[in-house]
Amino acid sequence: MEQTHYLIAGASHAALAAMHAIRLVDADGSLTVIGRDRELPYSPTLLPYVVSGRTDPQRAFLRDHEYFTRARAAYRCGHALVRIDPANRVAELDDGSRLRFDKLLLATGARPVIPPIPGLDAVPYHVLRTLEDALRLRAQLPQTRRAIVLGAGLVGMHAAENLSKGGARVTIVEQQQQVLPGYFDAQAARIIARAFERADVTIRTGARALAIEAAAGGVTLRLADGSAVSGDLLLISAGVTPVIDFLADTPIQCDRGVVVDATMQTSVERIWAAGDVAQAASFYGAHPVLNGILPNAVEQGRIAGMAMAGDRALEGFRGAVPLNTYSYYGQHAVSVGSGAAPPGAEVVESSDAESARYLKIILDEGRLHGIFAINTPIDPGVMWQMVRRRLDLSAVRDRFLAQPRTMGRLLMSSLLR
Amino acid sequence: MPAYNTIAFHADRCDGCGKCMIACAQAKSASDSPRRARLEVLADDAGRFELTMCRQCADPECVQSCPAAALAKNAATGVIEWDHDKCIDCLLCTVGCSFAGIALDEAAGHVVKCDQCGGDPACVRACKPGALEYLTMARIYDEAGSLEDLFVQGLSACQGCNTELIMRHTLRRVGPDTVVAAPPGCVPGMGAVGYNGLTGTKVPVFHPLLTNTAPMLAGLKRVYKRKGRQVTALALAGDGGAADVGFQSLSGAAERGEEILFLVIDNEGYMNTGMQRSSCTPYGAWTTTTPVGRESHGKSQDAKNLPLLMVGHRCAYVATASTAFMADFYLKLDRALQASKTGFAYLHVYSPCTTGWRFPSKKNIEVARKAVESNFVLLWEYTPAAGLRLTRSVDDPVPLSEYLVALGKYRHLTPEQVAHLEQHIAENVAAIKRHALAEAAAPPASTRPGISSAGALQGPPASQA
Repeated sequence: MEQTHYLIAGASHAALAAMHAIRLVDADGSLTVIGRDRELPYSPTLLPYVVSGRTDPQRAFLRDHEYFTRARAAYRCGHALVRIDPANRVAELDDGSRLRFDKLLLATGARPVIPPIPGLDAVPYHVLRTLEDALRLRAQLPQTRRAIVLGAGLVGMHAAENLSKGGARVTIVEQQQQVLPGYFDAQAARIIARAFERADVTIRTGARALAIEAAAGGVTLRLADGSAVSGDLLLISAGVTPVIDFLADTPIQCDRGVVVDATMQTSVERIWAAGDVAQAASFYGAHPVLNGILPNAVEQGRIAGMAMAGDRALEGFRGAVPLNTYSYYGQHAVSVGSGAAPPGAEVVESSDAESARYLKIILDEGRLHGIFAINTPIDPGVMWQMVRRRLDLSAVRDRFLAQPRTMGRLLMSSLLR
Repeated sequence: MPAYNTIAFHADRCDGCGKCMIACAQAKSASDSPRRARLEVLADDAGRFELTMCRQCADPECVQSCPAAALAKNAATGVIEWDHDKCIDCLLCTVGCSFAGIALDEAAGHVVKCDQCGGDPACVRACKPGALEYLTMARIYDEAGSLEDLFVQGLSACQGCNTELIMRHTLRRVGPDTVVAAPPGCVPGMGAVGYNGLTGTKVPVFHPLLTNTAPMLAGLKRVYKRKGRQVTALALAGDGGAADVGFQSLSGAAERGEEILFLVIDNEGYMNTGMQRSSCTPYGAWTTTTPVGRESHGKSQDAKNLPLLMVGHRCAYVATASTAFMADFYLKLDRALQASKTGFAYLHVYSPCTTGWRFPSKKNIEVARKAVESNFVLLWEYTPAAGLRLTRSVDDPVPLSEYLVALGKYRHLTPEQVAHLEQHIAENVAAIKRHALAEAAAPPASTRPGISSAGALQGPPASQA
């Protein structure tokens, strides 16, 4: 049976960060990366831009073959793990081949959630998670006149903007009361939604889908309020869920994702998980959370790789911090940290409808809890460090609230000189 | 893995003028607004300055956080390069960076970051107080480091001595087509000329007398030249051999314009024979022949300024250097090497002696640095064409006491002796400045009669790799 010291299932950000971290301390241990797609590694984050044509799919790849050759790693693409035997440390791939590993990283990511709407299984629809999805959606663009985007998360909003720019009449249908729920608060979401409405994108929030039926040249979506939305293209962007079904018959503890400790190790020794598939400690609460965002995947992947390679510089995961950057119609929104203000926290908010600027800062006991900005320049990486280091801002509170970017830069420059 | 050039920030020299930001905005964004710059100097409440700028990380988080492969570290230059065509304006790189080194330029509508202007940073050029400095030390590691070390292993210098550092760096750079003259002193004392019929070098080396180093080397060079061989004639001499009994022949060779690279390692005395004074020993210094007791209080005469005497010979090249400023040393070594192909090149390198000066062996480079920073020694270079030029500012020195306190050989100094040294340094600085000014005021070399332009600087020589 083929053997590999390190087996990495998955080939996106968490997997690549882990591989990089392993190779920094172990140049020789045999290493195999299993990629689900037939292509070189790429980022799901990029896919809306492949759809819009801004990104050339041939230049979308995060690594080339030479990278794996130089790193003396085997890249096996077009395969997925279907079964794991943790006791014997054997992984089985979808082509029936088996691999024995010493250490395994599950970085298998997430797949789109398909909501249980009656009739959905009988009509054609799109999702956007793989390069194949993106190319299929892209091919559909020229003949699309009216598009329905179900779900106003980041994928849905990106896709809606690009479909609209491509000439389609777009309706976004969101079950919750605002767009981008979980990323931005209601007021920020209204500012963002306005940019879409100005571009003639229809946004239906608080709209629950009851049923879907085929209509002439497309589909009709029936909503709970009795109205209906019709279109010739339907994109389901109702969120993602970790790919964990292949772990069902293993002792690896799963909740919504694979539950991991501070070093990204699962409940089974020698098996780690990182990125969208992992459910790790939250920075803000006791219960482990999914945090399906790119910076989180990079951080968790690095920690897992360091743990797998026995890197003594490893510091445990400090907990997931929600982070997002979102660009739309040439405007920019950034969110760092939690928007749920704890009791007694100081919330400072300012907005200007005219310039579509918005800034909300939450300070908890003098420390940054969360910061949310639209068209207001801040450095999200600096803010992230301030949150995770629980930097005491009491002494500079006034200046920080007035000039978060300047004060953040001053503090980080002096701390990290 | 190569080393890279970098932009350093000396906060203590920054006056907050902001010209670096304007220069950057002009160079990169065709704008005069500091908001368009890729670096930001900020003042804290206490008036101290901080710099925000891309640090060109070795393991860059921005690159790993980019979903579009639009950021990549250039393996040759170390600069993290941004590809406009690939960038999707997602700003995730700005989440990855903890230093705000890559940030959104609102006016441009995309992220921007420092690219070091391809090796000639506009901000550094604009910084008059020298707070921003483009460090090119990487060249020493990458270029010189790849050259063969032409000394053997196991030379037995005293612990912490920088003479071995000077020798090895020099010969590595000068290269294999070299003949070395090492008159009596620490250089042969540590085994450079060898033992038992074996040499300590991988190139021809010989051991002249203290008195005849320059003429022996000159003769050898002439023979090689007559035979049509391109050979560098290199002397590795001490200050005693050069400034005292060897001075007559050194002066003659310089006057004749012999094509020699004469490198003097100045440790301010005859250190390998038991720490006797030389004419380069400074006033007040303890040596075994200028003892400290009831009658004697160290050396009672001032040091001879040997490099300035060599300027009086109008050599093709004269320079002083210190191992605390290696980039400067290498630049001068390259120029001296180039000049030695057509004339007499003289390089004077200061070498604190851990044993004879009485300081801890780990402090050598620190002592060398303090000597320069306090103006105890001055760094400059001279060519007949360009004249004398200070290569490091002598304005705003650190107090002399910071240098003296580090050394056992000055422990006994009275306030009067310290005042004498201070006076001597002031005279030295004034003399060098006078030279620099006089040369600056003189007509261009081409119009001056009797001065060949052959010794003029051609810029650093091409790599010998």
